[in-house]
Amino acid sequence: MLLIRCPYCEEERPEIEFRHAGEAHVARPTDIASISDEEFETFFFIRANTRGTVYERWRHVHGCARFFNAVRDSMSDRFIMTYKAGDPKPKKLPGV
Amino acid sequence: MAESFRLPGRGRLAQARTARFTFDGKSYGGVAGDTLASALLANGVHLVGRSFKYHRPRGILSAGAEEPNALVGIHRDASRKTPNVRATVQELYDGLTAVSQNRWPSLGFDVGAVNDLASPFFSAGFYYKTFMWPKAAWKSLYEPFIRSAAGLGVAPDQSDPDHYAARFAHCEVLVLGGGAAGLAAALAAAESGLRVIICDEQAELGGSLRFESGAAIDGQNGWDWAQAAAARLAAMDNVRVLTRTTAFGYYLQNFVALAERVSDHLSSPGGLPRERLWQVRAKRVVLATGSIERHMVFPDNDRPGVMLASAARTYLNHYGVAVGKNVGVYTANDSAYAGAIDLKKAGVNVAAIVDLRDNPSGPMVDEARALGIEIHGGRGVVRVGGRLRVSSITVKPRTGGDGERTIAVDALLVSAGWTPSVHLFSQSRGKVTFNDEVKRFLPGTYAQDCISVGACNGTDGLAATIDEAYAAGAKAAREAGGKTGKAAKPKVEASESWSRGMLGAGPGAEAGTTVKAFVDFQNDVTAKDIRQAVREGMQSIEHVKRFTTNGMATDQGKTSNMHGLAIAAEELGKAVPEVGLTTFRAPYTPVTFGTIVGHARGKLFDPTRRTAMHGWAERHGAVFEDVGQWKRAWYFPQRGEDMHAAVNRECVTVRKSAGLFDASTLGKIEVVGPDAAAFMELMYTNPWQKLEAGRCRYGVMLREDGFIYDDGVVGRLAEDRFHVTTTTGGAARVMNHMEDYLQTEFPHLKVWLTSISEQWAVIAVQGPKSRDIIAPLVEGIDLSDEAMPHMSVREGRICGVPTRLFRMSFSGERGFEVNVPADYGEAVWEALWAQGRKHDACAYGTETMHVLRAEKGYIIVGQDTDGTVTPNDAGLDWAVGKKKTDFVGIRGLKRPDLVAEGRRQLVGLRTRHPDVVLEEGAQIVADPKLPVPMKMIGHVTSSYWSENCGRSIALALVEGGRKRMGETLYVPMPDRTIEVEVTGMVFFDEKGERLNG
Amino acid sequence: MAKAAAKTVQEAAGVERRPALGGQDMSAGGVKVAVLPPANRVSLRARQEAVASLSRALGVALPQKPKTSAAKGGRTVFWLGPDEWFVLDEQGGDALADCGKAKGLHSAVDVSHRHVAFAVSGPGAEATIAAGCPRDLSLAAFAVGDCSRTVFGKAEILLYRVSEQEFRVECWRSFSDYVFGLLAEGARDAAA
Repeated sequence: MLLIRCPYCEEERPEIEFRHAGEAHVARPTDIASISDEEFETFFFIRANTRGTVYERWRHVHGCARFFNAVRDSMSDRFIMTYKAGDPKPKKLPGV
Repeated sequence: MAESFRLPGRGRLAQARTARFTFDGKSYGGVAGDTLASALLANGVHLVGRSFKYHRPRGILSAGAEEPNALVGIHRDASRKTPNVRATVQELYDGLTAVSQNRWPSLGFDVGAVNDLASPFFSAGFYYKTFMWPKAAWKSLYEPFIRSAAGLGVAPDQSDPDHYAARFAHCEVLVLGGGAAGLAAALAAAESGLRVIICDEQAELGGSLRFESGAAIDGQNGWDWAQAAAARLAAMDNVRVLTRTTAFGYYLQNFVALAERVSDHLSSPGGLPRERLWQVRAKRVVLATGSIERHMVFPDNDRPGVMLASAARTYLNHYGVAVGKNVGVYTANDSAYAGAIDLKKAGVNVAAIVDLRDNPSGPMVDEARALGIEIHGGRGVVRVGGRLRVSSITVKPRTGGDGERTIAVDALLVSAGWTPSVHLFSQSRGKVTFNDEVKRFLPGTYAQDCISVGACNGTDGLAATIDEAYAAGAKAAREAGGKTGKAAKPKVEASESWSRGMLGAGPGAEAGTTVKAFVDFQNDVTAKDIRQAVREGMQSIEHVKRFTTNGMATDQGKTSNMHGLAIAAEELGKAVPEVGLTTFRAPYTPVTFGTIVGHARGKLFDPTRRTAMHGWAERHGAVFEDVGQWKRAWYFPQRGEDMHAAVNRECVTVRKSAGLFDASTLGKIEVVGPDAAAFMELMYTNPWQKLEAGRCRYGVMLREDGFIYDDGVVGRLAEDRFHVTTTTGGAARVMNHMEDYLQTEFPHLKVWLTSISEQWAVIAVQGPKSRDIIAPLVEGIDLSDEAMPHMSVREGRICGVPTRLFRMSFSGERGFEVNVPADYGEAVWEALWAQGRKHDACAYGTETMHVLRAEKGYIIVGQDTDGTVTPNDAGLDWAVGKKKTDFVGIRGLKRPDLVAEGRRQLVGLRTRHPDVVLEEGAQIVADPKLPVPMKMIGHVTSSYWSENCGRSIALALVEGGRKRMGETLYVPMPDRTIEVEVTGMVFFDEKGERLNG
Repeated sequence: MAKAAAKTVQEAAGVERRPALGGQDMSAGGVKVAVLPPANRVSLRARQEAVASLSRALGVALPQKPKTSAAKGGRTVFWLGPDEWFVLDEQGGDALADCGKAKGLHSAVDVSHRHVAFAVSGPGAEATIAAGCPRDLSLAAFAVGDCSRTVFGKAEILLYRVSEQEFRVECWRSFSDYVFGLLAEGARDAAA
């Protein structure tokens, strides 16, 4: 069981308090009703699934109930950092 | 029977404290503190099992968890039968019953041993080769054969009556292993006052001090020092000492799983759990897992009586048991000499030490010689006499040539050297590196906050071990934020030291020989098998492992890995590190299912959720069905009614008079804030802004892909407050879905969501008499059709308690849903029931609810939809706000596939014969005369007998269904083909007049 | 919304209130698990700008630090999330009505009946909860007055440390059988 730092609770909590919620920084188009099929495909179906550093959404569902973002290494499973929902993608990662 | 091999005055057990036990039905005596293995050996019993594949007689190899041979069944009673228990780990208790395994009819004469003669058929990879063809033989021949032959031991056939505990624990320093290294590390860490946990698989801490007679620390002999140190640790508030506890799994971020055997050693466990799972999170971990002695690889090296030298020492020095009266030693390093010396001093004859090294020398060799023990340097054991017990060894010069000599022995101590136990280090994802000088794999690159100390780190000698471990324990505590000193540092006064050894097969088992020289005893893998695997093309050690099964399964290569690797490397002509080590897997030793399950069995397997009215339903004879974790009243049979009769009666009664239904399990969410309506607009396909306070609307929720996700009736309590209902199964995920959008896509909206599913108990009162039933109990709400029309909601009181009263219907009848705070649910139900009785109303369950809604063509999300159904498919286009510019799913709905012709649409089906009820899930075809496989154009989603319609009714998803009205389709079943007519979805009261009836 | 929230819940009950597991308890050497009596509970949501007025209205300053609580005169307010508090009134106060007096924008929802509460007390209390809760419950990590949602076995709970050796565990009503059962198992093992 991993430890995950919740950016709202400001401490590490056991993984089972959390739920994974897919790739981060996939913004819902504001004009979604009028986007093309290709744009919709990109938005809804296509995911990066990177080997290495991944940006994910998690929810502290059995804690403060907030959604937040995390940077993780998909090979070691390690969390590199977490940050609040709505915060921009970090430009520099700690220890990288 | 006398314990003729117990030496009076030897060992540490109080020999006066005796215990009786049986092995294969025969009664023996032992001593408190014995293991089953030591007690058997005390009675001169070496033959304890048959091997897995060849059914070869096997004895006791070791004195610990690495035991590959002495696997027995422990039978406490009819339902407590544990197979594959290591006799070397099972502690003796009075009345213990053990049975040998893998033999028939008896251990001494085993029919299965024919496999040994037929061994050419069972060579490496036989799994993959033997059972290939003919294909037809699989079912009749191969599978039954494999099933009966496979597996070791017999699983119990009754449910386990024991209970198992589980606990999470947290500490700053976790020390795995309680030998000299572990103790020193724990003492150092404990000084900091931080939380320290130290665990060891043995009943007492001490590790190899158990047999090392030459160790002295702090003025005591090694073992006594260990007991004193353990007691000191146990007395500290910040230290938890866990004995009989195996660290079996090392997971990410220093999360380590420990299995504590709480009561397996007790004659009567009383109320104690059998085992306890500890899931420990540690800031720092000190690995002090020691090392495991390797056997020598020579022909027939598996004969009972052949055992590791350190094991023989343990039996002598700890248990006071001589493993024979005339023992031989075969070694390639010094440690076996210590065994020979100890035995000799105890009065046991040591027939010879056979040492593969050409000119063995050093203090131990000198001491052995001084004791008059014959030493055969530069020689190997090439043959072994005896079958059920070793009777002699044949010794030959290592380099070949003459000089073969046979020596009579009744036990043979072997040692090829020591393998550091890097299992847990490897599980922690650390990388080992090969030290060619000492021929060991040692911890190299660390992946976690842990450190290896002592023998598992390749550190030789007690003084060096304690230095290293103490420093590491202190450092771990400092890194975890503690302050440490040097007060507790033990001082080593005397120790034993040895290193080196050999890897691979010895003389007599070299390449080209066809003898059985075992590398892996548990999986019956010989040196020859490994060479064959390489010859057949296995290049990687991982392939060799899988092809031969070397080091697989529960054994995890404790004694076998290094030999197997060396033999493979030799055959490949490569260096050991080039061939690489296989990955060690958790668990380190087998763990019972009970331990893994812990508390989660029976009532605690999964929460069973009950509504506030559950008790009433139970008292009134309800039959319940499981809906997720909920128990819901399914139907209420009366006076011998079967389900069919009860449901028919309930269905008719609701439409004739009224019925009460417990709808509490529906999900409920309170949506509050000035932007509540704006948020609802985004979450549901329907328009909400213009819904007046006090009115309700049926809402449809989509996912972004345009498919129906959930539905439910929503009441607007105020401008800024909605009471949303969801399906029972959707309660949690709809809340999550709404929170997701609110928090991450629409955070600007001033609105909040609160789950009120369990705040309100919900009693649906449905039927023409529903208003009459509730009216006498309701205060402050005008129930007239004008004041409170269909699809409206009011707040007021019922039976003197607050209510949110919905006028709505899932039956097509006039109906109400009475929400009351949950603790009042049952009492209000009882009051409504008393009123209902005056009108001949009934209580009804989920089955009747389903039938009534199907009669009206109301869908159930998850039954009539399956995640690929759009509102249009379900005939719910009317619920999609045409003027809306955004809602979740608005774009998905426009996808080409979703607007294409010929999609499956929800329709009604009437069977040609009204009394035939279709099966839900049955497939529908247009032309039953087509050859199989026919083209299937849809399937039945809901199907019931409708007593109210006097016929069967069904809903189905059918390709282009709405254009097929009146068409005849077919439902092929195994025994017949059923003719159906496509109809509309409403079977009863098509005009909907009864909502106000 | 202040208007809707202000509706006082006068529970002049015409019918009997039947709390789940009402009055049950169990004890094993060193631990007692007791089902607590009904209480007044409000799920309170608000943005930062409404905190002051809600604190005034409730008579307790809404705690601002994660995992903390604040108590005054039988009323305890728990920080559950950055915009979420849980108000518990054990002395018959009407927290919902009090929230209604606050001017700041907020959502107050009565959840009095949603929960069942247990007191887990005694030297074995920590070990009892550790049977199903993966959190570090030492005083250093979870001090007196600390609170949070977490998991207990397969149920979600709200955990609050009342004192060194007493925890309050709240769960949703329909999970109370399960939570009580697991607490009892944990207590038995803590006593073993």
